[in-house]
Amino acid sequence: MKRTPLYNRHEAAGARFVDFGGWEMPVRYTTTIQAEHQSVRTSAGLFDVSHMGEIEVSGENAVDALNRLVTNDLSRIHDGQACYTAMCLPSGGIVDDLVIYRYSETKLLICCNAANREKDYAWICENLEDAVAVDRGDEFAQLALQGPKAASILQTLTEQNLADIKRYWFVDALVCGVQTIVSRTGYTGEDGFELYCPSDKGEILWDALFEAGGESLKPIGLGARDTLRLEMKYALYGNDIDETTTPLEAGLGWITKLDGGDFIGKDVLLEQKETGVERRLVAFKMSGRAIARKGYEVVDDVGNAIGRVTSGTRSPTLGENIGLAYVPFGAHRIGSEIKISVRNRIELGTIVKPPFVKPGSDV
Amino acid sequence: MSSPSELRYTKEHEWAKLADNGEVTIGITDHAQDALGDVVFVELPEVGDSFDAEDKFGVVESVKTVSDLYAPCGGEVIEVNSTLEDAPETVNGDPYGDGWIIRIAVSDTAQFDALMSATEYDAFVAAES
Repeated sequence: MKRTPLYNRHEAAGARFVDFGGWEMPVRYTTTIQAEHQSVRTSAGLFDVSHMGEIEVSGENAVDALNRLVTNDLSRIHDGQACYTAMCLPSGGIVDDLVIYRYSETKLLICCNAANREKDYAWICENLEDAVAVDRGDEFAQLALQGPKAASILQTLTEQNLADIKRYWFVDALVCGVQTIVSRTGYTGEDGFELYCPSDKGEILWDALFEAGGESLKPIGLGARDTLRLEMKYALYGNDIDETTTPLEAGLGWITKLDGGDFIGKDVLLEQKETGVERRLVAFKMSGRAIARKGYEVVDDVGNAIGRVTSGTRSPTLGENIGLAYVPFGAHRIGSEIKISVRNRIELGTIVKPPFVKPGSDV
Repeated sequence: MSSPSELRYTKEHEWAKLADNGEVTIGITDHAQDALGDVVFVELPEVGDSFDAEDKFGVVESVKTVSDLYAPCGGEVIEVNSTLEDAPETVNGDPYGDGWIIRIAVSDTAQFDALMSATEYDAFVAAES
């Protein structure tokens, strides 16, 4: 299994590791997933997300070139701004979901899912015209500093005024002397930053952040990363979205700009928009004590499978069991009952309006 | 940490304790609760249910995962730890005490005798990890 540049720090902090897309990653440290989750919601947490991939795209018209591969419209964001997008197959199925950083007309940096890195790079190289893609995944360590105290902790380590970085904008800045991409983004619903630095400087940044954060900052594993993102209904590739699901089915219409230029998959998505999707990804709460987990079937009144659960957990914030599932269009409406087969028993839930938890304060 | 020597153990990480009256109390081991993480739900059988050895008799859910419970030996459920319905985290806090899960009247004590000793279980866990 692959290890990130922070592996030794995790081991020293008492991490319990799991295999995540071929990476040996901390699932939690010495407390519980619920305690780590609350640290992020109420104070601050630091995640090692160095397993994520980075792909640089450059060329005279790099923005236009990459725009033909993604559903969001990179021509509508400014230099120094980032955007969340899907990258689709001609079928409309999702190759990956990405955050793309626009440096300029001629240079962008893509952050992609760890497990998709090789696939994405091959797909981009195959389909990109008039621009060059370079896999730079091994060059970066990436840390996610998230929580209401994230900004005050980070501010002690940099001259850059963090108040000048708005949500989904980024700058290059020195953080404790390390050249870092400081991006006001995250996967938790809290204010926070994703920090990209040279991989051999990751430990310096990690140590400096914990020194600055003191008791306010805790290391957070993938277990809480999952519960935090799920409370926000942020999609997880491989669970809620994949090559068999389209952005419109997944409720990602807001990152699918069908009124702009052409991109791979647009024809199918336009048609899907006009004729309507056959299924929708919905957020639900369970009525009982059981957790509906990935792969469990959604059933109709007579027990026939009509959909499937893609994510499910106990929400640490709500103390309720929450999840996401694909259900047929028409059965997707907020307030509707959802029936889920849990170990050969039918458990009831209710479809709710996402997010499950109101996002923390944006700046 | 070594497991309590007065208990017997399964490869599925349950423990079993035989009382003088022939009743067997069943729970999950400290290693199991630690591996699962924060337990949020224990699905218990009904009093009167019967199981064979190695049958599934319930489920332990943590935030991260769900794990089946297997009967260390066959018998009839005579008591379930209903305090776990409101306080499933007791399984984490006191796996060999207040976090017990069910009590059964065993049909065949030879099945109990065939379970692993604490020494054997500790060696099994060490080999597994």
